[in-house]
Amino acid sequence: MNTLNRYLTIYAALWKNSVTRELGFKTNFLLWIGVEILWFALQLVFIGVLYQHTDTIGSWGKWQVVMLIGASHFIQQIFQALFLVNMTNLSELIRTGKFDFFLLLPVNTRFVVSFRQVDLGSFVNATTALGVIAYAAHQMQFTPALMHIAGFLALCVVGIAVHYSLMFLLATVSFWTVRAQGIVWAYYNLFQIARLPDEAFRGVFKAVFTFALPMLLVVNVPVRLLTDKLADPWSIVQLLIMGVVCALVSDWWWTKSLKRYTSASS
Amino acid sequence: MRKYGHVIVIGIQNNLTYRVNFLFRSLFGLIPLMASLSLWRTIYAGKSTDDVGGFTHAQMISYYLLVVSVDMLTAAYEDDWQIAGDIKDGNISQFLLKPINFIGYRLSLFLSGRLIYTSVALIPVTCFILFQKSYFVFPADAATFGAFTLSVALAALLQFFLSFAMAMLAFWVTEVSTFIFILYAFEYLASGHLFPLGILPAGWQQALACTPFPYQLYFPVSVYLGKVTGAALVNGLLMQACWVSVVFFAARWMWSRGLKKYSAVGG
Repeated sequence: MNTLNRYLTIYAALWKNSVTRELGFKTNFLLWIGVEILWFALQLVFIGVLYQHTDTIGSWGKWQVVMLIGASHFIQQIFQALFLVNMTNLSELIRTGKFDFFLLLPVNTRFVVSFRQVDLGSFVNATTALGVIAYAAHQMQFTPALMHIAGFLALCVVGIAVHYSLMFLLATVSFWTVRAQGIVWAYYNLFQIARLPDEAFRGVFKAVFTFALPMLLVVNVPVRLLTDKLADPWSIVQLLIMGVVCALVSDWWWTKSLKRYTSASS
Repeated sequence: MRKYGHVIVIGIQNNLTYRVNFLFRSLFGLIPLMASLSLWRTIYAGKSTDDVGGFTHAQMISYYLLVVSVDMLTAAYEDDWQIAGDIKDGNISQFLLKPINFIGYRLSLFLSGRLIYTSVALIPVTCFILFQKSYFVFPADAATFGAFTLSVALAALLQFFLSFAMAMLAFWVTEVSTFIFILYAFEYLASGHLFPLGILPAGWQQALACTPFPYQLYFPVSVYLGKVTGAALVNGLLMQACWVSVVFFAARWMWSRGLKKYSAVGG
């Protein structure tokens, strides 16, 4: 319990630090929110255009897909708020040798590297995503039960954890090659799959993005639960298992990578 | 002219360092493309007619294959960031002293970058096209192919000058990335990257035709597919050339205005 308290205190201090930092760049803070809203709107326009030409994609109706896009944005933004900057900074820390400093801190290195900075603007964007989900539910004249909402949020947490594990795995590539700027870009391409209805995929593509990189589970399963679209509880179990597998793999890889660290400059 | 030739050679050497980076970039870029193709297959399967906004399923696949190819040849991915970085870090000071035109210099680097990127990306892209080869169509005749080549060249120039103009904002604001991402968003949708603009409602299409975006990608692809012919083709090429010069002069104007404000930080 003492350890937990200590880590919570550290995390609170990191939050405070992030707030101070953001306050220094107010215009930029607002501009980034604008950029994210624009990209979110773009996804919705895409769906709007698609559904001008069709009524369903597989068994997914228009507003169900809108909900999917909203949920995907929600998960992505919370992930971005808590982790993304830290993941991209990792390669910079390794390149400059500043990583030494984090190894010396009397806390878990993975903890401090993962949670160092919080991106507050993304929380604002997450609320716009919730707004879109609620609007889609309203259009479907569908009021989810409290149990479903709780389950949805819990599965979103699993989804965020999957994204974190995978992105962390990608970020540790910087222990091997210093030029790891492509990581974020690579990851955005994966996010793009996560927001599409699972029924649009089949064959090898579906297998890879379900059992290796579970992109087709992280958003689809929570939304299916929320809209009562689950054929059977099996897919929830699948998501949970994949969540644990991703976490274990990324931790194993992290320990292995740390041994390779030779420090730069200094 | 010879000095720009040298810049191209140096650019090629520099860009060769990034070949693995380029390979991964083009490989990962294929993932969303495959997702789009899957999505469209499901949509066509659920329809009673093989038509979405004038595109059959086969044409839709050809469209995306061409988008990847044209994008590989023309996209200005890194140039905006690099140019903005040059301004921010004071690296442009040296160009003010040398008898070389900065836009010409960056254009040479852009061309060498595209050359190397294309040669690397050609491997995964060709594999992908071979995988879908029954959907890969050839242009109707040599004249169509000629017009396509011309419009691809114009599209590349348009992309480059737009990126250059965007990067010029670095003279006035310290953080240009938000502006660059806003432009990307518009380009992604309005250039036809996400879906062919032909499936949009007519009013939207007319509105977009007044912007430079369709000429970055949608227009060359349409020329290749034979969707634009005759007078419309000539008009389109002229419009494209117009946009290239408008954006070029805007970029040059911003450059000369920016220099007046330039204070050579760190230089």
